Order: sequence, then C-alpha cells, then structure tokens
Amino acid sequence: MNYIPNILFAIALVVGIGYFVKNIRKLVRNIKLGQDVDISDNKGQRWRNMAMIALGQSKMVRRPIAGFLHVIVYLGFIIINIEVLEIIIDGLLGTHRIFSGIGPSYGLLIGAFEILAVLVFIAVILFWTRRNVVRLKRFWNSEMTSWPKNDANYILYFEMVLMSLFLIMNATDLQFQAMDSGNVISQYIAPWFSGFSENTIHLIERTAWWLHILGILVFLNYLYFSKHLHILLAFPNTYYGKLTPNGQFNNLEAVTKEVKLMMDPTADPFAAPADDSEEEPAKFGASDVQDLSWLQLLNAYTCTECGRCTSECPANQTGKKLSPRKIMMDTRDRLEEVGKNLDKNNGELQDDGKQLLGDYISHEELWACTSCNACVEACPVSIDPLSIIMDMRRYLVMEQSAAPTELNNMMTNIENNGAPWPYNQMDRNNWASE
Amino acid sequence: MSEAIKVPTMAEYMAQGKHPEVLFWVGCAGSFDDRAKKITKALVRILNKANVDFAVLGAEESCTGDPAKRAGNEFLFQMQAVTNIEVLNAYEIKTIVTACPHCFNTLKNEYTSLGGQYEVKHHTQFLKDLLEEGRLTIEGGKFKGKRITFHDPCYLGRANNVYEAPRDLIKKLDAELVEMKNCRKNGLCCGAGGAQMFKEPEKGAKDINVERTEQALDIKPEIIAAGCPFCNTMLTDGVKAKEKESDVQVLDIAELIANAEDL
Repeated sequence: MNYIPNILFAIALVVGIGYFVKNIRKLVRNIKLGQDVDISDNKGQRWRNMAMIALGQSKMVRRPIAGFLHVIVYLGFIIINIEVLEIIIDGLLGTHRIFSGIGPSYGLLIGAFEILAVLVFIAVILFWTRRNVVRLKRFWNSEMTSWPKNDANYILYFEMVLMSLFLIMNATDLQFQAMDSGNVISQYIAPWFSGFSENTIHLIERTAWWLHILGILVFLNYLYFSKHLHILLAFPNTYYGKLTPNGQFNNLEAVTKEVKLMMDPTADPFAAPADDSEEEPAKFGASDVQDLSWLQLLNAYTCTECGRCTSECPANQTGKKLSPRKIMMDTRDRLEEVGKNLDKNNGELQDDGKQLLGDYISHEELWACTSCNACVEACPVSIDPLSIIMDMRRYLVMEQSAAPTELNNMMTNIENNGAPWPYNQMDRNNWASE
Repeated sequence: MSEAIKVPTMAEYMAQGKHPEVLFWVGCAGSFDDRAKKITKALVRILNKANVDFAVLGAEESCTGDPAKRAGNEFLFQMQAVTNIEVLNAYEIKTIVTACPHCFNTLKNEYTSLGGQYEVKHHTQFLKDLLEEGRLTIEGGKFKGKRITFHDPCYLGRANNVYEAPRDLIKKLDAELVEMKNCRKNGLCCGAGGAQMFKEPEKGAKDINVERTEQALDIKPEIIAAGCPFCNTMLTDGVKAKEKESDVQVLDIAELIANAEDL
C-alpha cells in the first residue's frame, strides 16, 4: 500500500497547525504585555453574554442585512467544519468518506453542508458587492487604507474558493454521486465534468480535496495576520466584556491612594518613601500599549474593522478626525510593532522612540470624543474603544498637563470654586431666591 | 421671577433634627446657568406640589467631578468625589434626585467604590415614581396633541439604560410623541458630553448639535424635549442656528410637566 499521501497529509497538518499555534502563543504573549486587571466576577452573566452576543450573534442582527448575511456565513463556517473533521480522518487513515458508514443520515448531513456552501457563497458575493460596488461609506473611511481593504477582500475570495472547492470535490466524487444521497447541489455540478474520463474526474476530485484542506490550513494561518481573528477572539472578548453600566468609568486606584493620603490629616506630608521601595511611581493613564489593560489589547486583536462604531460616532459623522475603529486598529498595529521588537531582541524591548500616543493616535482625535458610548453600543463583539480614549486623555492631562486651554480653565474653576464656571460656591443656592 | 418657592437646605433640616425623604442634587448647570435654573425651579415647583419632603445642599454642594473625569483629570475628579461623599455621608443621605444625567451617572456609578452608596434617580424616573404612587397627577393641559420628540441624553440612555421614564411622562401629557431617526440606544449625542461643553469642538465639517437638531427638525416637532441641561443648551443653540426658534421650543421634561399644570 502507498502511504505517501497519508504522510504528506500528516506533515501538512502538523506544519499548518504548528505554525498557527506558534502565532497564537505570540498573540497571547502580546496581550499579556497589558496591565493586569482582575475579571473573575459574575461568571454566570459572562457565560450568558458570550452565548448571546458571540454564539447568538444578538448584536450583529441590529443591522438586518449585514446581520442576516453574517449569520449565514457564521453558520456555514461552524457547520461545514464538521466536514473538515471527516477530511482530516480520511487524510490520516487513507479512508474515503469515513462518516458515510453512519447510514442515511450522512446524506442528510452532506446535503445540509452543500446547501450552506451555496448560501455562504452567495452571502460572500453580496458582502464583496457591498464593499466594492455599493461602497458603503464605513468601508471607505480614511483609516481603510490599501491593506485593510485588501485584507477584507482576500478573506472573501478565500471563502468563495473554499466553498467552490467543497462543491467541486463532491461533484467529482463518482462514488458519492452514485450514492445519490446528499448531493443536493453537487448533482447539478457533476454534469459539467461528464465529458472527462473517469481518471481525469478522479484527479479533479483529489485535487479539489487537497486544495480544500490545504486552503483551510492556509486560511487558519492567515487569521493571525489579518483582521479576521474575531472568529476566535469574539468568544473571550464577549466573555470579558464590560458588565457595569456603560457610563461608569473605572476609578484609577493609583489616584485613590494619593487622594486618600492627601485627605488623611494624620499623614506626614514630608514622609519620604521607604529607602528599600523599588516600586516605580504609578503612571497615570496610557501613552503606549503596555499601559493599557490586557482586555483593551484583546479588544484590539478582536476588532474585525467592520466600522459600525465609526459610522455611529457623532464626531466622525460631523467630519472630525476621530474614528473609534482607527483607535482599535492603531492599538493593534502598535502592539504588533512592540511584539516584533521583542522577537527581534530576544524578548528585551529596545526603545524604538515610538509610542501609541502621537505616533499613531493624535491629540486631535482624542479631544474630539464626546464619551457618548455610541461606539461601545455599536460594537457587535463588546469592544470598548472609549476606555482607550479615556486612558490616553488621562495621560495627556495628568502626566503632560496637555489639555486644551479651555479645559484647563474649566478644571481650575472646579478646583477653586467647585463648578466648571467661575461662580462663587457660596452663591450656589441663589437661584432659589432669584 | 420672584415668586416664593420653598427650598430648604440640608443644614436647615439638620438644625431642626429632621431628615428629608430625598436630596435634590441641583448640579452646577442647575445652580448657575440661567437657562438651567428655570429647569431647577420647575422641578422644585413639582416637588412642592407633590408634597415631596426634599432638601438641597446649597453652598455645600460642589461639582461631582464629571467634566474633570471625562477630560482625563482623574485626580481632580476623585478629590471632588471624596469631598462630596464626606458631605453626603455626614448628612446620612440615602436617596438623591437630580435633573442632570451627568451628575446622575457619576453619583450613581462612580462614587460607589469611593465610599458613597446612594440610591440615585434622574428626575424623570423620580417623577414617574411619584405618578405611579399617586402623589402627582399630570393632565394634558396645554400640550395636548402637540408633536413632541425626546432627545436621549447619552448619560441617561446608553450610559444607564433609562429610555422609558421620560417617554412615559411625555405620553401622560396627551402629547404626540414622535421619534427621531436616531433614538434610544442609537440616540445621537448633542455634542456636549466628555467635557466638550467647555471647549470649542475639534475641526470638522459640522457641529454635532446642528446635526442632531437637523434630525429633530426632520420630523417637524413643536417641542424638542430634553432631560439634561447641557443637551438643552446644545439643542437650543442648534435650533437658533437653523433659525427655527419661533417654531420649535426646547424644553426639559420638568418644564413640560410644570407648565402643563400651570405651576
């Protein structure tokens, strides 16, 4: 017996999965560069959110057309992957359609896959049309430079090719066609090949089979380099998503410590820090990716650049520079840059003279935000761009005193007289007698 | 206006050894902004009419710190918060009502972990409760049949998921409630949040308040109802920018109710 195909298959599988795992470890390392936050509360609610938002696609369908098409592709992706399991077993054992032994339900299963494959193919064509022909505005914003645009299209082409290969593979499988069960779509494709000899048809079938599984492995490895990681990361991201009201911003603990000390009448204002304290003074806010939390970095990897956040952003709608999607894309790009820096220097970060603030995200973008939470509400996978904007504002104000002048005036007023305007606090009740 | 309205302070209550049912947190806009003071007074008239036993902090009230926090000055925010919490806790405050969604959000959500735990209600929620308890009655009066649209304040709506209380109150006025293209969860910001109220907008094609006002004018309302003093200012400016101030009024829900009752 000839074992060469089995061996080749095993090698392809090991290389394909091995390289993917290597990149995922890199991704986990990069996410862990973020600050630690404890998110171990409310497990029940978190599982429910993941089930509703990621598994149940509840926020996707708020935009009915895109939502409906996405559900088709999503179901196709999940269900057709059962077929991949069969392909892997066949490939390793040298069997052919090993699951066909389960009887008539096999036909039912493959029939469902075939119908889904066609639906996915149609949905993907419609997605492509929305991007490239209808040119929906959110796919053409300024942050959608050539790579993000191409990336999105490559993914669509990939899916078209994979679905076609699956159908061709079934159509040219003479044994499968002879079973005449489950070939609901491929029976109409089979006649296209009727002019060929049996050998040629078999060759086409094998080629389609190999290309299909190799294509899946290539796609799997493409994920890390593309915006498409959401198919995996949407699950942890929705699990760890914010549970408190959207309006509740975190209170910085480092600041609380300082404030408590200031308010404590027994604290010694001249006390020097203990000599042996190696603790660096806490940095307020974020100027680079390492200052953000690991959740914010997970957010960045999860973003699939759909642009719903930006299309709902009042600042963006009125022509300001701010785009919440760009905040997420910049965070990821910078994180990748830091990751590559680590790879190149044996895990020691070499100062590259760059940071997220300024080199990627401008002050103007940050100061355009109204903190209205429209972006947070719009995100179908619980990403919170607003928290990053706020952390960077905190750095600008508390570390650099770089707030716009009018805001400095407002803050001085609050400090001096307890109101954002220069009115005397003692006059606060005057309205009652006016 | 020089009519006598009854506004006791916490200090007066304390001196008499009394404790009010609820603290009315007036807020900076409600205390100092001429337009917002009218909203404050309208709410006080309603509270008096419903015989609500309330008090204000008066000169002991200070900014919640919301604009400082949104501007990035966590330090100033926490200083304000800790000081306010000391005052509130000293008076043993349990329940707070406020007509400002920014104060509402901050007091309700951001004071908790700093030692301030209160039941905080936006005035639309509080008025709705009074209505349900039968302490307040609202009749259509002069707003019967009027086209009214409600602008969701971000810090009431998306930030805290309060969408129905203000709408329920408008419906009680027998008015025709009409919705803008963007409403509830999808409501469009007025442009004032995140400390934008206190600065010039960044460069852009249009001001956000004009964009929002256009959405409102598209559905031809007679009144744009607001539930936030800052939204009120932004939309009033927007209506002026569109030169529609003679056709469209911007009024707070408290003003609608007080006016309907001729309070």
